[in-house]
Amino acid sequence: MYRYDEFDHQLVAERVAQFRHQVKRRLDGQLTEDQFKPLRLMNGLYLQLHAYMLRVNVPYGVLSAHQLRKLAHIARRYDRDYGHFTTRQNIQYNWISLEDTADILAELAEVEMNAMQSSGNCVRNITADPLAGRARDEIEDPRPWCELIRQYSILNPEFSYLPRKFKIAVTGAPKDRAAVAVHDIGLRMHHDADGKPGFEVIVGGGQGRTPVIGKTIRDWIEPEEILSYIEAILRVYNLYGRRDNMYKARIKILVNALGLDAFRELVETEYEAMRGQALAVPAAEQERIAAYFQPPAWEAGPDLDAELDTLRATDKDFARWLDANVSAHKAPGYAIVTLSLKATGQEPGDLSADRMDAVADLADRYSLGELRVTHRQNLVFTDVKQSQLQALHGELKALQLATPNIGLLTDMIACPGLDYCALANARSIPVAQDISRHFAAADKLLEIGELSINISGCMNACGHHHVANIGILGVNKKGKEFFQITLGGAADESAALGDRLGPGLPQNELPGAIETLVDKYLELRTSDSETFLETYRRVGMQPFKTAVYGDDTARRVA
Amino acid sequence: MALIKNHELTPDPYTRITGEAELPDQGGVLVDLQRWQDDWQALGRRGSPVGVWLTSDQHPEIIADDLDRIDLVALEFPSFRDGRAYSYARLLRDRYGFSGELRAVGDVLPDQLLYMHRVGFDAFEVAGEDPLRDYQTALQEFAVFYQPAADARATALRLRHARS
Repeated sequence: MYRYDEFDHQLVAERVAQFRHQVKRRLDGQLTEDQFKPLRLMNGLYLQLHAYMLRVNVPYGVLSAHQLRKLAHIARRYDRDYGHFTTRQNIQYNWISLEDTADILAELAEVEMNAMQSSGNCVRNITADPLAGRARDEIEDPRPWCELIRQYSILNPEFSYLPRKFKIAVTGAPKDRAAVAVHDIGLRMHHDADGKPGFEVIVGGGQGRTPVIGKTIRDWIEPEEILSYIEAILRVYNLYGRRDNMYKARIKILVNALGLDAFRELVETEYEAMRGQALAVPAAEQERIAAYFQPPAWEAGPDLDAELDTLRATDKDFARWLDANVSAHKAPGYAIVTLSLKATGQEPGDLSADRMDAVADLADRYSLGELRVTHRQNLVFTDVKQSQLQALHGELKALQLATPNIGLLTDMIACPGLDYCALANARSIPVAQDISRHFAAADKLLEIGELSINISGCMNACGHHHVANIGILGVNKKGKEFFQITLGGAADESAALGDRLGPGLPQNELPGAIETLVDKYLELRTSDSETFLETYRRVGMQPFKTAVYGDDTARRVA
Repeated sequence: MALIKNHELTPDPYTRITGEAELPDQGGVLVDLQRWQDDWQALGRRGSPVGVWLTSDQHPEIIADDLDRIDLVALEFPSFRDGRAYSYARLLRDRYGFSGELRAVGDVLPDQLLYMHRVGFDAFEVAGEDPLRDYQTALQEFAVFYQPAADARATALRLRHARS
């Protein structure tokens, strides 16, 4: 992984000192809350319903065991003994006091972490395929480019007061695990005919109140030109994005208002004027950064398919976990293991300080000390020897981190909702917990197969409900919470927005309604391998609608 | 309000002329875009420096061809949240080659001064009890810079590779 050199260390130290001074000025009354707000946001500090929340960047989801121990320490010393992993591969602490923040940032700096621009109207933490550099289907490792973009965007003097926040995601695999189509800029790496890498640039995707699937603005850009092209997009956005209405200020609104062709023309004109100049990435710098991401010293060995099959036959739990939580690694003899932060009844993405420490120890023993945070709010061990899978499974089970549900129905994304968030209309965590308890049977989950359920407590869509196979949106009607269901959304390479099923349901009817939808799917699917999404795309909304509401949907007015 | 230019407090040699107000007999004037467009010839004949004040919805491209006759461009921040002028400044310096005074006016706060300086501003209208101290503090807070901008500061990238 990337390591700070003296320049990175110095910059982060300067940032901590600056923020310490800003907090002092705020506490002295020299800064108004209005003036302080963007400054604290750009250091990751939000004011939530009950307390300050601090969001710490995990750059493109890459984390070391050493860093995780520090995160555990911060949870213990400054928060309430836990942290929450987010859909942007970051970690949030929900109970922070303003006076402590500079000290926390100084502690993070010790382990080469920071909270710069994890909030605010600026370029946010760059996200990526959580399996980057390890997945067997990958064609290019996106992490060096993520790091280059990270450095380019940090304290960027021109783009720190954009119309609104700006999110960039990068993937180097055909299977999109980074949801690049629902980002302000999504980058997808391809190879040309000679096997040289380049980027497809997708722009104007996003969720929130106005969900949009991003459009390809350029099929191909040479890697060394990627910063120039991003700057061209950012400049056009900074100049022409709306600033009169924060709900219409994201780049997707600008792209839609101008039309993709007119928007592209502005970007291309800007790009042509700076092509090959100051932002072109020199080969030496590409090499310097790439060197940090060289594969670790894997011990060569064959895949152990036969051995694992023998174990499967006798250990059913292990077999389920292999099916759901273990994926193919680049190096023969190794595997990628996803730790589920979605045990039955758990708050999705939460992890206690003690379990963080335990996970860090396991990462050292089983995964060369490296982990990843996924946008579906789980953790990944990147380099597990297949010969150690069963032992690791036992250890994870003891920590309740081996629920075999990755990519399955109970691997839900949920926003913090009304339990924490000042914007929410409805609770989302209890809804996730209800569904999780209702579908606790592991064999049933595997029978249902790949299925995403995402829950947002309001239309801002932090729980990514638009791009879930089954999306759940909390709304408040006349003081009561209702939940609207959407079907058919997807966040992968076939990205799509969900369609509304019908009138909202009260919380207590949700698990039953989801069971009805699932049963209908099991009845309709042509084979075990046809996923929920594929069935939905084949048969459409009507059978599901009828299953949930009967023929007369009008009788439920909510 | 104080004016800081070239790192020091300085009296403002320009008189701000709003709308069609009468011009003084002598001395520099800072006029609106409309006034510049209406009276640029007369303004030039006065033989004194001329500045043009652009609001945040006036793209400096409008005056790109006039820049050799303009001594000062003032870019307005109607609110510190409106970041358009950062890009305008970059364009004026890097694209249109403007080498005169580039002044930040409006809601100019200490915490934005370094960014402004980096994108090409060299003059700042600032409030506060001790604006020069605020300015010096702001410009000294960082010595490491990741990205190239319109200033002469060396980027971390350049320093890294110069070292090896």
